[in-house]
Amino acid sequence: MGSSILFLLPGLPLAGSLAWGLVHLRLLERRARGEEARAPERLLGILATLAVLAPFAITVYLTAQWLGAEPGERTIEATLGSWIPARHVSIAATLRFDPLAAVLLLVVTGVGAAIHAYSIGYLHGDRAFARYFSHLNLFVAAMTLLVLAGNLPLLFVGWEGVGLCSYLLIGFWHEKEGPPAAGLKAFVVNRVGDAGFLLGIFLLAREGLPLDLAALREASGGIAGGIAAAAGLLLLAGAIGKSAQFPLQVWLPDAMAGPTPVSALIHAATMVTAGVYLVVRLDVLFLAAPQVLALVGAIGGATALVAATSALAERDLKRALAYSTISQLGLMFLGAGSGAPAAAIGHLVTHAFFKALLFLAAGSVIHALQGEQDLTRMGGLARRMRGTFLVFLAGAAALAGIPPLAGFFSKDEILAAAFRSEHAIVFGTLGLATSLLTAAYAFRLVLLVFAGEPRMARRDVHESSPLLLVPMGLLAILSLAGGLLVAPIERFLPAAPAAAHEGGMAHGLVVFLATGVAVLGVFAAAKTWRRRGAEREADLARHPAWRVAGAGWFLDVFYQRWIVRPARALAIACGVFDLFVLDGAVHGVAKGSVLAGGTLRRLQDGRVQSYAAGMAVALALLLFAAWSLLRP
Amino acid sequence: MTVPTSHVFALGAVLFAVGIAGFLGRRNLLVVFLSLELLFNAVIVTLAGAARHHANLEGSAFAVFVLFLAAVEAAVGLALLVALFRIRRSVDPDAMATLKG
Repeated sequence: MGSSILFLLPGLPLAGSLAWGLVHLRLLERRARGEEARAPERLLGILATLAVLAPFAITVYLTAQWLGAEPGERTIEATLGSWIPARHVSIAATLRFDPLAAVLLLVVTGVGAAIHAYSIGYLHGDRAFARYFSHLNLFVAAMTLLVLAGNLPLLFVGWEGVGLCSYLLIGFWHEKEGPPAAGLKAFVVNRVGDAGFLLGIFLLAREGLPLDLAALREASGGIAGGIAAAAGLLLLAGAIGKSAQFPLQVWLPDAMAGPTPVSALIHAATMVTAGVYLVVRLDVLFLAAPQVLALVGAIGGATALVAATSALAERDLKRALAYSTISQLGLMFLGAGSGAPAAAIGHLVTHAFFKALLFLAAGSVIHALQGEQDLTRMGGLARRMRGTFLVFLAGAAALAGIPPLAGFFSKDEILAAAFRSEHAIVFGTLGLATSLLTAAYAFRLVLLVFAGEPRMARRDVHESSPLLLVPMGLLAILSLAGGLLVAPIERFLPAAPAAAHEGGMAHGLVVFLATGVAVLGVFAAAKTWRRRGAEREADLARHPAWRVAGAGWFLDVFYQRWIVRPARALAIACGVFDLFVLDGAVHGVAKGSVLAGGTLRRLQDGRVQSYAAGMAVALALLLFAAWSLLRP
Repeated sequence: MTVPTSHVFALGAVLFAVGIAGFLGRRNLLVVFLSLELLFNAVIVTLAGAARHHANLEGSAFAVFVLFLAAVEAAVGLALLVALFRIRRSVDPDAMATLKG
């Protein structure tokens, strides 16, 4: 089997996307003629899931073949041909399948397939069913391309592709008011980071550095510190935008306006981790610029802590999970910034399992409550939705880092790396504080949704269909046992060439501390919200600090006042200038011409004699002029 | 006694002035046409006077050319005039201002 099988990985979902898109157009045509046309939901959904499951199977097959191979041989490359043949920069369309790509692909296609299956039940009856699966398949294709891309420009194509799908899927319910605005916000905020990413690529190209990822990794050791720092900073801007880190994290909570499976796949498990992937992929470049690497860790740690406070105070179930995602992505950045990219990838994988699970379970709850997302109007669902309760509990415990669940192992690795790093005190403290808050908000959600007395308007709440429960069950198993994968993944990935700081805090002590704060967080949550959760919420909401955290530290308000409003004013000013000054000049010239023509046309009266008179007068004047000039 | 050259030029100028006045002022195309002939003749008189003054044949040769041109012009012009009159049933030059802008 040749390496060209790699093209099937993005190719199959892409083909699926095009097919479902055509189905949707056909349906729209028939509806325009007044027919009542529905998508063949089961068939279409199963085929769309298979278009993701097949790449998963291929990835498993290819990865399994490596088990006996030497680490150096674990790379498959396929080139479609020259893509941008310029004189100084020649870029080929190369896909490269290596251990890091394999790990990411297993998550993208594996979790992606589960969420596709879940979506069949969740989107049941939606009139845009085919369009949804078209976008979702397209997302998987773009994400696969992003992960497999052998060079930065091709990676950027996938990067923009997932951004586009994110925009389309956040605004999926475009008849409503909120979703399109949220999609636009996500798109525009991401543009800010992507501009940095693009400039970073340009900088590398200008300095004559290879854009091929493997070649860049090898060349990174010899890059001048200044160039490495500048390129690292610019690429980091892109990573920050995509992974919703400070100061560009404002788009992610709003992105929850999209369908819940989309939040699970794109805004929790896969797309938002692309920034972490980029930092890990270019770890050697960042190591060549230690200040930038420290900045990665600092941004990650600060974001993790700040977002965790917001997750604790947020009253909307999905937005609380979104803040949690921002916080966990911050932890991954903290790990990468501490010189432990493998730990970041380990947490990326387990986080994909339990956060996707939490979102799907939240979707199940929201579905059962007919769209209710306010935590204070839930409660007591444990008995009515036993399956959803159990999987949510598993996800929350994994998120909280309760041993021996998935989150415990991966978070433990990050904390250990943070305590080993040069900035052990700052990074370690940020990591531990985040862990404490994480455990607290995870169990706050469990208690407010499932414990206590029911507070919802309608009481006829039923468990969701097996179509929703089965994918959640699979993810729950992964959340419970995923910790076993962390150590193999870290061994599987090529070791970072960083001189790992030996010493630091003993690993056993880190484990003890991490477990301690997790248990402490759970107890604090239990003490606060176990009984009369809604009243406690109302009490807390009066506290100013709680309100600041719940409003996302007013970053949105700040942007609205200092960036959005001036930008809009500038746009209006430009519009006025265009309408009155530029258009005025153009229209003025036109009006002047018409006026001049209207006046001059009177000279053309069609009478031969007046023309002759004109000629006579002109001739006389010419003769007079010639006479007076030539007169001696 | 010989006529001085200045008198010949003066005659040419007077003829030219009369011709211009008639060409621009008359309301009958036929008279306008006649005025045009006057203009030609003014030029011919001036050329002939100049030829005599310089005692060479250049001026006379040009005079013959202009005479020849005037004959051609008269033939074409009269033919046009007749054709126009058949269409318009009028000899007023202002009635033919169809090219008014």
